[in-house]
This record gives sequence, structure tokens and C-alpha cells, in this order.
Amino acid sequence: MKDVSTLASLAAVFAQLSLLAFGGTNSVLPEMQRQVVQVHPWVTAQDFAALFALAQAAPGPNMLVVTLIGWRVKALPGALVATLSVAGPSSVLTFVATGVWHRFRDARWRRLVQAALMPVTAGLVMASAALLIRTTSIGWGAAAITVIAVLLFLFTRLHPLMVLAAATALGALGVLA
Amino acid sequence: MSDAPQRPSLIALFLGFLTVGMFGFGGVLPWARRMAVEQKRWLSATEFTDMLGLCQFLPGGNVMNVTVALGARFHGIPGAVTAFVGLMAAPVACVIALGVIYDRYAQVPTVRHAFAGLAAAASAMVLANALRIAAPLRSRPVGLAVAVATFLAIAVLRLPLALVLVAMTTVSTLLTWRMAR
Repeated sequence: MKDVSTLASLAAVFAQLSLLAFGGTNSVLPEMQRQVVQVHPWVTAQDFAALFALAQAAPGPNMLVVTLIGWRVKALPGALVATLSVAGPSSVLTFVATGVWHRFRDARWRRLVQAALMPVTAGLVMASAALLIRTTSIGWGAAAITVIAVLLFLFTRLHPLMVLAAATALGALGVLA
Repeated sequence: MSDAPQRPSLIALFLGFLTVGMFGFGGVLPWARRMAVEQKRWLSATEFTDMLGLCQFLPGGNVMNVTVALGARFHGIPGAVTAFVGLMAAPVACVIALGVIYDRYAQVPTVRHAFAGLAAAASAMVLANALRIAAPLRSRPVGLAVAVATFLAIAVLRLPLALVLVAMTTVSTLLTWRMAR
């Protein structure tokens, strides 16, 4: 019974986040962390940052941190429940919306709301970045890696995976210790 | 584009999105677009942009929404489910494998340090993403104010996301509407 109730909690947490994730999963990281670190103490804050990093290193959409949290909580059933829950509600909404989209795609209010959502998303993703950086800047070395990586992401055409690999190698060499 | 768009079978949908999922390192959207528009010609560039516009408007990951919308367009609910499973199968398997490796070796100091480096760069990825989204706001002081207020509400005041989202979207819509008049 306890297993079922844990899976139900996982489903409830991620289904809720699914409908709040305007601008994608990166907008809801602080709320996700609050839920899985404080409300349900499933992982520690350090673990959360580590799992997020792992998800970034994998191919595919960047919501995979959800899969890893589910895995950590209840192995494979947890991973599947968490993944389907974060995808389900927004997918159903998308499915319904594609049916009626042609009716309002040129509507003035739609363009208005879309323009209005943009600064909110920018603020949310910035808050996610602040939260992650606070957790991952375990010393001057790590903070320096973050600053350099941001510059590389923004101003060079290096593949993101190359930057992640280089940072991992620097970490392994003990630059951060 | 001169040739008529091709209507994919369920198997083609599955395989198409399986490929996108496997190779979509560092941003899946460009890969999805390349596959659906340029390689398979399931829909035109304009149709894709239009679909993306809808998906960016809705909550949820943009790529996931595009996948569902595209699958649904050709095969209804079975199409949406097939495309979605195709997109997620490889990445989910891959990330679980990484998770298992992490769990097993997290206590080894070198591995722990390596992950600390990876995590620092992954944070940078989100910050770069935030700065890219915010860049157009430099010429929109009102939008910038909304972004800063949203940031403070979440990162400093730690207010609940649902509350902040409703309040800030309402304020932002009213401001945008007044400016547009």
C-alpha cells in the first residue's frame, strides 16, 4: 500500500508541475525542488542538482530530471510514473488545443497573451538558474566553471555537449576540490 | 516547397521521433524540425512554425508538445501516443543508465568531483537559456520590470509558483494591452 501511495504522490506532484510549466520544464525547477526536497523529502538539494546535471548530459528533452527523481524514489515504476505524469496533462491540453487552434491562432488576444507570457518565462527561468547555481557553486572553482561555461554557451558555437564534457573532465581532475 | 507533404504511417512516426530522441543532444527542437520538415516532409516550414507557436503558448516542454501535436495531426490519439513514446524511449533508457552509474560510483571522490564539474556547467546552461530568453527585453523596460518582479517573487521571496504565475501573467497582459493601444 505504501508503494502505491508514494507513486500516487509522485504522479500528483509532477502532473501539477506539468500544467504550470509555461516556457518548459526549466521554468518550474524552484517549485520542483521545493516539492521533492522539502515537501516530500525524496532527495537532498545536492542530489537534485546532480540529477539535473545528469539529465542535461543525456540526449532528449530537458525534462528528464523528472525521470531520474522518479527512479530515485521508486526505481522503474517511479521513473515511468513521474515521466508520464509530467508529460500527461500538458499533452492532453496540447491535443485538445490543436483541434481548436485554427479558430483563435490569429486572434488579437492570443498574440497579446503570448507576448505577455514572455517576460514572466524569462523571470522564471532566471530564478531556476539562480537556484541551481546556488547549489552547484560549491567553491570558487565550480563558480568559475559556471561563468566560463555561460560565456561559451552564449558567445561561441561550441556544441553544448563539448562544454559539459570539458567541465566534467576539469571536475574529475580535482580543479574544484 | 513544390511536392505535397507526405502522410506518415504510425511506424514512420515512431521511427522518426525515435531518431530525434536519440540524437537530440543540447536542444531537441532543431532536430525535430529537421526531421519533420526537411527530411521527411511531413509538413511545410510554415505549418511547423505555426504548430510551434501553439506549443510555446501552452504549458509543458515545447518539444514534447510539438511531438504530440504532430502525431495527433496525422493519426489522432494513437498518433500522439506513438510519436511521444518514440521521442522518449531512448532518452529515458539512457538517463536511467546514467542514474544507475551515478548511484553506484557517487562515493568515489573522482566521480563525485567529475559530477560537480558537470553540475556547474549544467547550471550555466540554464543561465544561458534565461539570458537568451531575456535578451529582447532590453528594449522593453516594462517587460524587463515584469521579468525582474517574477524573478524576485520566486528566487528571493519564495512565493508559490501557481500564485506568481497567475498574478504576473495578469499584470503583464494588462500592461502589454495598455501599451499596445
